[in-house]
Amino acid sequence: MDRTAVDAKIRELAEPFNKKGVEITEGTTFANDLEFDSLTVMDFVAEIEDEFDIIISMNQQAEIETYGQLVDAVTKLQAA
Amino acid sequence: MSRGISQSDQPIERSGDGTDLFSKFDDIIALREGLLASGQEDPFSLVMEKVLSPTRAICNGRETILLGTYNYMGMTFDPDVIEAGKQALTDFGSGTTGSRVLNGTYQGHKECEDALREFYGMDHAMVFSTGYQANLGIISTIAGKGDYIILDIDSHASIWDGCAMGNAEVVPFKHNDIEAMEKRLKRIPEGAGKLVILEGVYSMLGDVAPLKEMVAIAKRHGAMVLVDEAHSMGFIGENGRGVVEQAGVMDDVDFIIGTFSKSVGTVGGFCVSNHPKFEIMRLVCRPYVFTASLPPSVVATAATSIRKLMHGSNKRAHLWENSKTLHKGLKDLGFALGTDEPQSAIIAVIMPDLEQGAAMWEALIKGGLYVNLARPPATPANMTLLRCSLCAEHSESEVAQILSIFEAAGKQVGII
Repeated sequence: MDRTAVDAKIRELAEPFNKKGVEITEGTTFANDLEFDSLTVMDFVAEIEDEFDIIISMNQQAEIETYGQLVDAVTKLQAA
Repeated sequence: MSRGISQSDQPIERSGDGTDLFSKFDDIIALREGLLASGQEDPFSLVMEKVLSPTRAICNGRETILLGTYNYMGMTFDPDVIEAGKQALTDFGSGTTGSRVLNGTYQGHKECEDALREFYGMDHAMVFSTGYQANLGIISTIAGKGDYIILDIDSHASIWDGCAMGNAEVVPFKHNDIEAMEKRLKRIPEGAGKLVILEGVYSMLGDVAPLKEMVAIAKRHGAMVLVDEAHSMGFIGENGRGVVEQAGVMDDVDFIIGTFSKSVGTVGGFCVSNHPKFEIMRLVCRPYVFTASLPPSVVATAATSIRKLMHGSNKRAHLWENSKTLHKGLKDLGFALGTDEPQSAIIAVIMPDLEQGAAMWEALIKGGLYVNLARPPATPANMTLLRCSLCAEHSESEVAQILSIFEAAGKQVGII
């Protein structure tokens, strides 16, 4: 799956978690812009992991702050 | 009220452009001040002026029933336990002033480890200075770079801190979700070391893990299994060995971590294991090596208590009765509880929010009952909980009294 396809899929998965309907761009941050708390992060990450059959460890999550970084990371992980 | 936390802000003059490193705590300071400004009695500054028994104390000047101490088996005032501690204090002094691997291993430490090996029927036992350090030490030492830790998202802080201290990849799964755990195990790269960390009883809601299924799956995927039995030792299982015993998986878990600060009734932590190379931990585990060992009186009380817990089946039966009575009573009164059925000696009463939880806590303490107020972020799903932990020494009439205090407080606050 290329980056565009991964982006589209993650956007779809993020929708139910984006309660305030914030416009998501590459630079959108999960903590500040989307206001995800730790529980939301866990549920969101679990959905992505199941969709792409990958693991995004806590260590990797710590490096991901923006939406664009997440798409990059998932694109790389699912290709491996 | 503790003076240190409630002092008003004073401008601090700092040269250069340094920022106050304490500014990151401003939100929690504001939350706390807001709560206390309403006249609320501080739930986190309780002082026990006198302890009358495992179930009673004088708290903030009032005689109080203790229902939040984790003193499950009521061993803190056991005459044999106290006598052993006094004798050790006389014979070996007040402290060891040294590490277990240098001058800090006394006869009593070995006897305490012997008692643990017998209690669990395991080959090796290692005593740490606290339960927190046992998790911190074992987890951070055995799971290193390139290894994977798969753990329940509701794990205790000491488990998370053990993960943070090591360099392993940390992969959490949804609380008690067998399928979520297995999915993650399946995705771990071939050949990587795997450690699954579970708890017997989860202390926030008092619920038990499906260890039979989870341990079997972990083994099938070639993972080592560590189970924290802090809240089940002495109480759950035929011999009080914990949920691993009840679930029939004693032989399949690689490590059991536990504490002396609950059923055992003193302080300290331990790990027991059948791993043939386990003894090397004593040299490579930093939270074991770089701290002073437990005082002789503490290991003497622990060893005596552990040996008595082996024969504690009558107490275990009474504690189950207490747990069932309290659970049913609170449910009948209309309180929302953490579990549908009593699964352990912990019964969590779910509060609508922090304000009402704090108000309820205050009404209970003024009515002569102490419970733990648990709040986010320590709680699952950001719940505010009044956590009750029962003791085998609570009498039937005390449990009835507890229920009537709950009823009065609940009506006063308007929760029921």
